[in-house]
Amino acid sequence: MEFKVTSSPHLPSSQHTAAIMRRVIYALLPGTAVATYFFGWGVLINIGLAIAFGLTLEAGVLALRNRPLRPTLSDYSTVVTAWLLGLALPQLAPWWLTLVGMLFAIVFAKQLYGGLGYNPFNPAMVGYVALLISFPAHMTTWLHPSSLMETPLSFGQAWQVIFSGHLPEGLSWDSLSAATPLDAVRTNLSMHHALPEIFANNPGFGVLSGVGWEWVSVAYALGGLGLLATRTIPWQTPLAMILGLSLPALLFHWYDPTQYASPIFHLFAGGALLGAFFIVTDPVSGATTPLGRLIFGAGVGITTYVIRTWGGYPDAVAFSVLLLNMNAPLIDYYTQPRVFGKGKGRDA
Amino acid sequence: MSSDIQAPALHRFHGGLHLPGHKTESTQQPPQNALLPRHVVLPLRQHIGEAAEPIVTVGSQVKKGQVIAQSVGYISSPVHASTSGAVVAIDDFRTPHPSGLATRCIVIEADGEDRWADHLPAPLADFTAEDAVTLRDKIRQAGIVGLGGAAFPTAIKLNPQTADQRGIHTLIVNGAECEPYITCDDMLMRRHAEEIISGIRIVQHILNPQRTLIGIEDNKPEAIQAMQQAVDKADLQTTQVIVVPTRYPTGGEKQLIKVLTNLEVPSHGLPADIGIVCQNVGTLLAIHNAIIEGIPLIERLVTVTGDAVAEPQNRYARIGTPFSELIQACGGYQGNVERLLMGGPMMGIAVVSDEVPIIKSTNCLLAATPASIPPPSDPLACIRCGECETVCPAQLLPQMLYWHAHAQDFEKVQDYNLFDCIECGCCAVVCPSHIPLVHYYRYAKTEIWQQEKKRQKADRARRRHEFHLERLERAAREKAQKLAAKKAALEKKKQAQAKAADHSSEDPKKAAIAAALARANAKKAARAKQPQSSDSQTTPAQEDSATESTNDS
Repeated sequence: MEFKVTSSPHLPSSQHTAAIMRRVIYALLPGTAVATYFFGWGVLINIGLAIAFGLTLEAGVLALRNRPLRPTLSDYSTVVTAWLLGLALPQLAPWWLTLVGMLFAIVFAKQLYGGLGYNPFNPAMVGYVALLISFPAHMTTWLHPSSLMETPLSFGQAWQVIFSGHLPEGLSWDSLSAATPLDAVRTNLSMHHALPEIFANNPGFGVLSGVGWEWVSVAYALGGLGLLATRTIPWQTPLAMILGLSLPALLFHWYDPTQYASPIFHLFAGGALLGAFFIVTDPVSGATTPLGRLIFGAGVGITTYVIRTWGGYPDAVAFSVLLLNMNAPLIDYYTQPRVFGKGKGRDA
Repeated sequence: MSSDIQAPALHRFHGGLHLPGHKTESTQQPPQNALLPRHVVLPLRQHIGEAAEPIVTVGSQVKKGQVIAQSVGYISSPVHASTSGAVVAIDDFRTPHPSGLATRCIVIEADGEDRWADHLPAPLADFTAEDAVTLRDKIRQAGIVGLGGAAFPTAIKLNPQTADQRGIHTLIVNGAECEPYITCDDMLMRRHAEEIISGIRIVQHILNPQRTLIGIEDNKPEAIQAMQQAVDKADLQTTQVIVVPTRYPTGGEKQLIKVLTNLEVPSHGLPADIGIVCQNVGTLLAIHNAIIEGIPLIERLVTVTGDAVAEPQNRYARIGTPFSELIQACGGYQGNVERLLMGGPMMGIAVVSDEVPIIKSTNCLLAATPASIPPPSDPLACIRCGECETVCPAQLLPQMLYWHAHAQDFEKVQDYNLFDCIECGCCAVVCPSHIPLVHYYRYAKTEIWQQEKKRQKADRARRRHEFHLERLERAAREKAQKLAAKKAALEKKKQAQAKAADHSSEDPKKAAIAAALARANAKKAARAKQPQSSDSQTTPAQEDSATESTNDS
């Protein structure tokens, strides 16, 4: 009798890339729900648009590259990228902003480098940074949390704003938008106010950071813990990033609490926890050795703190991730684990 | 408990996997005796090392246990007839080798009488009276190789060169059998514990280790109990049965040593380098059979299992029995049989045909339908998730090895320690992108070996060429030296002539002598200029032959 010949091991693989990506999406659901609760339908519309644009753009590039569409479009990696960018955009960002962001993320950062697995930079962060640099006004028009608004926008109104750019009758951008907690702290500090005073005088600050923002961050962290529990992401990168951000924050806050915000504030404001659990954990563009992941995460955390505190932008997760992406191959090369039977520990 | 020494703490190796065992399928019934095959095909190389050299010819009548091929060189092993009959062919046949290529085999057509050879080595009632050299030689003559799968000649493993000051301090008995489906070692330990202990005592006598650790995975309670009873019965003070957690690949030599002793075999080294020798339980039983019973290695226990085998079981099989006959004896195939493996699903070799023989290292035949071993799915791109790295028992970075092997960067791939890979397959089984990682590593290793061979060949050619050039140069140099010497001689002669001319004006007598000398010299020079063969043409008729002869001397 004749048989099929294949190379060992013959057991089938127990895991699947698409399943990993789906788990990441499930873990994003609590954060997405809370963000929608506080900031309105625009959050969901942004995510939906980003997914639609992302898949369309990816299909277009794959067709140009003569690659089969199904395996790539069904691996959910573009959906994850789109979801992350959608969450990072201002809630009423015009539709073309999302399109340009996804163009940079999917076409330039991902497909032009060869597609999933070959991109040296995190696609969502490339898209975000491209937008932040090119359209700073649009990218910093953030809404008040709904709880501070008199009449929250309906789904139809949000849709209309995103596609036409015109606000409904009687509403102005000034009345709808507010600085993010990080931005508020930054601006007020530059006007030589002390931190306790800033927090006390601004109704936008809550228990942990900003009203609304703090609970979105908590929800991201919950989703992230789910990813850790299912071993979808390694523990090293999130932990290192959280420590890399909060340890310097703790040190400076202890040195001068009127000038330097607490580590709690830093963690629950801006993109810190979204970054720690969902962005620095991108395996493709990050470091891949156990020690390398610690260095990578810590690097992102420290860089974020430095730019937030002394740099030109209120938040800096995206910049820090891209800076560390550049160093990932170097980090990997110099952090190879000790091979079995080599060097120290052999006679442990 | 007879062991007075404390059980050592167990240790962990990095990575590894919990795999579904599938062991009970083949342990429901006791192993049956070997059937008598119609013919046996005995490859001359069933072991690591040089192929054995046939000492029979086509037409020879052979008997069971008779040596039919002798070992060649140190790392080699003889082959014995596994039944009686006539040698009908010595030719290339397909064997269960990963390459699928045919290798040289001796084919015996069985006469059905299965008669033992007359001059088998005598059984040794008291092996303790023999020295290590004699015992090793007997083990070598019995054709025993590592039966766990590696098939390295056992006698060599029992003659270790160790850098450890303590010498060989630990003998490790490998009864872990970590790979799914395989149960032959389990069955041997359940049924032949005392003989295995006897084999252990022989090896202890040869190596004189301070302690012996028998490692058995905790999914084999019957085997553990049987071995413990046998150790107690034999009252071995320094021998311990140690239950180790079930975790693939604990049965790997390096991994089992790590678990039992926390010592790591050096990269590219051998267990003997750290004072350890490791033997599989099947090999120890074969040693007992060879020394105590006088029976060479002509038979072994084989697990025949898989969802495409009608009656999965363990069965003794003569070496050389075709796979097909053994599977027929186990009820034949059932269902949509698509794959036939020699060995387990993690490291086994897929064979093209079941018309290949059981060899010494055949521990398992696994016939599978796509339900248990599906065809490989299409690989996706590596996303560097690092799952492979967390399960790698060699603590490598499989994702980096893959990256560089895929890019054919064979230098980089060695930077990442490709040759420390034991090909256990853990990385591929957890890969979410379904990349056949081990296949890439084998490819890279083969390419590097090939390049190394080519480089050596090129080096040889270059050295030959350089030698050729040097020879030409030397010839040219010698020629030039000869020419220069002649020139110098000529110069000298001219000067002498000129001098002679000067002297002649002073003294006519002196001048006459000088003139005669000069003539003679000129003659000599002229002769030197002529080719060698022209020497004989010189005749006495030539002038001043007398002077010439005196000058010549």
